[in-house]
Amino acid sequence: MYKDLKWKIPLILAVVLGAVWLAYPLKEKISLGLDLQGGMHLVLEVKVEKAVEASLDRLADDIKRDITEEDLEVDRVKVIFSDRQVNVRMVDKLDLPPVKTVLEKYPFFSMVSEDADGLGLVYQMSADQVLQIEQNAVSQGLETIRNRVDQFGVSEPTIQAQGEKRILVQLPGVKDPERAINLIGKTARLEFKLLDEENSLQQALAGDISEESEILHQRIENKETGAVTKEPFLLKKRTVLTGETLTGAEVRFDSDFNEPYVSLNFNSVGAMIFQQVTRENIKKRLAIVLDDNVYSAPVIQDEIAGGRAQITGRFTSEEARDLAIILRAGALPAPVVILENRTVGPSLGQDSINKGITSIIYGGLLVVAFIAIYYKLSGIIAVTALFLNIVLLAGALAYFGAALTLPGIAGIILTVGMAIDANVLVFERIREEIRIGKTVRAAIEAGFSKAFRTIVDANITTFIAAVVLFQFGTGPIKGFAITLCIGIAASMFTAVFVSRAIFDGTMSHRKLDKLSI
Amino acid sequence: MKIIGSETHFDFMGKIKMTLTISGLLILIGLGSIVMSGGLKYGIDFSGGTLVQLQFKTPPDIEVIRDGLKSIGLGESTIQEFGTKRDILIRVQRSEEKLEAVGSRIRNSLGEKFNKADITVERVEMVGPKVGRDLREKALLSILYAIIGIVLYISWRFELQYAVAAIIALIHDVLVTMGAFSLFDKEFTLVIVAAFLTIIGYSLNDTIVVFDRIRENLRRKGKNTLTQTINASINQTLSRTLLTSGTTLLVVVALFFFGGEIIHDFSFALLVGVLVGTYSSIFIASVFLIFWDSRRRA
Repeated sequence: MYKDLKWKIPLILAVVLGAVWLAYPLKEKISLGLDLQGGMHLVLEVKVEKAVEASLDRLADDIKRDITEEDLEVDRVKVIFSDRQVNVRMVDKLDLPPVKTVLEKYPFFSMVSEDADGLGLVYQMSADQVLQIEQNAVSQGLETIRNRVDQFGVSEPTIQAQGEKRILVQLPGVKDPERAINLIGKTARLEFKLLDEENSLQQALAGDISEESEILHQRIENKETGAVTKEPFLLKKRTVLTGETLTGAEVRFDSDFNEPYVSLNFNSVGAMIFQQVTRENIKKRLAIVLDDNVYSAPVIQDEIAGGRAQITGRFTSEEARDLAIILRAGALPAPVVILENRTVGPSLGQDSINKGITSIIYGGLLVVAFIAIYYKLSGIIAVTALFLNIVLLAGALAYFGAALTLPGIAGIILTVGMAIDANVLVFERIREEIRIGKTVRAAIEAGFSKAFRTIVDANITTFIAAVVLFQFGTGPIKGFAITLCIGIAASMFTAVFVSRAIFDGTMSHRKLDKLSI
Repeated sequence: MKIIGSETHFDFMGKIKMTLTISGLLILIGLGSIVMSGGLKYGIDFSGGTLVQLQFKTPPDIEVIRDGLKSIGLGESTIQEFGTKRDILIRVQRSEEKLEAVGSRIRNSLGEKFNKADITVERVEMVGPKVGRDLREKALLSILYAIIGIVLYISWRFELQYAVAAIIALIHDVLVTMGAFSLFDKEFTLVIVAAFLTIIGYSLNDTIVVFDRIRENLRRKGKNTLTQTINASINQTLSRTLLTSGTTLLVVVALFFFGGEIIHDFSFALLVGVLVGTYSSIFIASVFLIFWDSRRRA
């Protein structure tokens, strides 16, 4: 009758040793969730519509250029963002047919209507094209953020797309969350714009501003008080050069004041434009604008060849370093906003680990003491099963690479409380069977077999709840669900299979008249 | 050792009127409290908002913190101690989508009143309104799916009336625990939903053990009435029910007292849930079986 012990015992040993091998040493094998090791969890949304707008703007410029090249006189090319349309207005009615020919070069634009006065045409961008731009914005944004994070230096970051236009960024153990946010989230659209020195800034501030100019500000932060002042600049709207032509950006230190600045290198196209602009605008001021903030607006002293420029602006060396990283990694194709941010400092994480372990120890000791007193020797068997359960749980966590979270620790504690349930069901059954006069061996046999169905039924409901939880949960909750699932599965194995084997093992050598239960 | 005698003969089903009244009252008080406080109190996971946990070197004056927050327009924030007098939790209804970190903004705003080096930002949680809405939907759906899954399983393993009875007990447990949450002015967060799903699973665990025994005893086809069989079944499983709840309670109490502030509400929910779940599987779950049976006979 106990022949099956010959394969049961080796199997149990193999499973337990396997779990120990998987989980040892714990510190290396089990990864901790962000809530325990500290770190940052960000969900960003890419403002894809901005990428579509930018694309429409660029196309409108292209269309205008193409039409002008055909020696036709354009009145203006207006972009209607809300409908993803461009309205091409001409001076002469007779020019419309050739304009249509020009527009054939843009297959993703289709004509939707003609203006009532016969001077304009309205073209609509196709939905496919819009979708394409949006998808590109997300995938390029993801790539850019990955580049920035790689250069920032965080170990094992997670950067992945979530849904259609969200990006998930997880940075374990990041020390300066604010700096990381700035680094990840800055659009970093670098533009060079000439100052509008023909018109008065005062008048512009009062509202009298030409269509070709705009007001942007320089943010000046007093490093001691943290107070921020904004200085306005009147700039020409036209961007003479963008960051797209950059090939490099590095931090350098000014030889006179030892202040850090960022040195930029342009590719040959950028260098040529830069040389031309500087040649034609000597003694005028050129503003360096990043994300609509004016960083500096130096006076052009001389024509600059070689494609080099620099951004100065009272940086700390850290700020200069981050700016260089951002510029090297390139601009985001569309701005991002933060939808969700969960940041835990490292000391709080350690505190949570300590408290979690304390509760496991106290809770575990209470249960062990209680069961040992209540079921005597049989109780010891249950406690052994419980201990093995925890070992298996650790092994499974390591095997699945599931991160341990604070709710996950709670899940372990709960498993300790609930795993004993299977043994309780069996033991109570055995006691009943003994009461109705069965022999020890028959009582054990009946106890295990009768309780088995109940144990399965009872555990499966919790299992269903845990699986649902795993499906919908995020981070910490997933950790809870997974420990609960594994804990339940492991408890079925240890409480039913292992306990039974131990009982059988003890009985195989002697005949018991009385069971310590 | 035994907690209760080997063969108890408590007349649980004879106390239906009393237990139903108690349950009814508990649920009414809970629902009343929820209505009075204008609905469930959502944590930032579901309502959107920002939560900042700061640790000070020495216990700060909360009013001084409030003044500091006013200076950056966050005067309406909730400020409370979190576990110790040095740990302060600040809750802001608004969520900033901008890149400026709220945590450091708050820390900076306190720079004049306190020494900035004495303040550590321990935790920042910001959930935008969009994500809050998503999470709320997901949480509701997950509870719904869990219930559907469990009903399907129980109706497959048992008969339909058992499934209905189990669901009634389960809804009872969730309602009572929710009421307790409202009474103690606690917030619903993602973690609490996890606790509720666990309670659902756990409460059913107890109920199923009882049902299993009822089914087993019914198969023997004695002369007993259904009520007698149910009573006998509950009595036979009573020591198991109390033992399992006891061990689970032991660990949940350990978690409640030693697990720390962050997980405190979670352990509170489990504590209430385990107690209520045990009570309901003894007193409430089987009531529907009797009701079903008498309707069928009538």
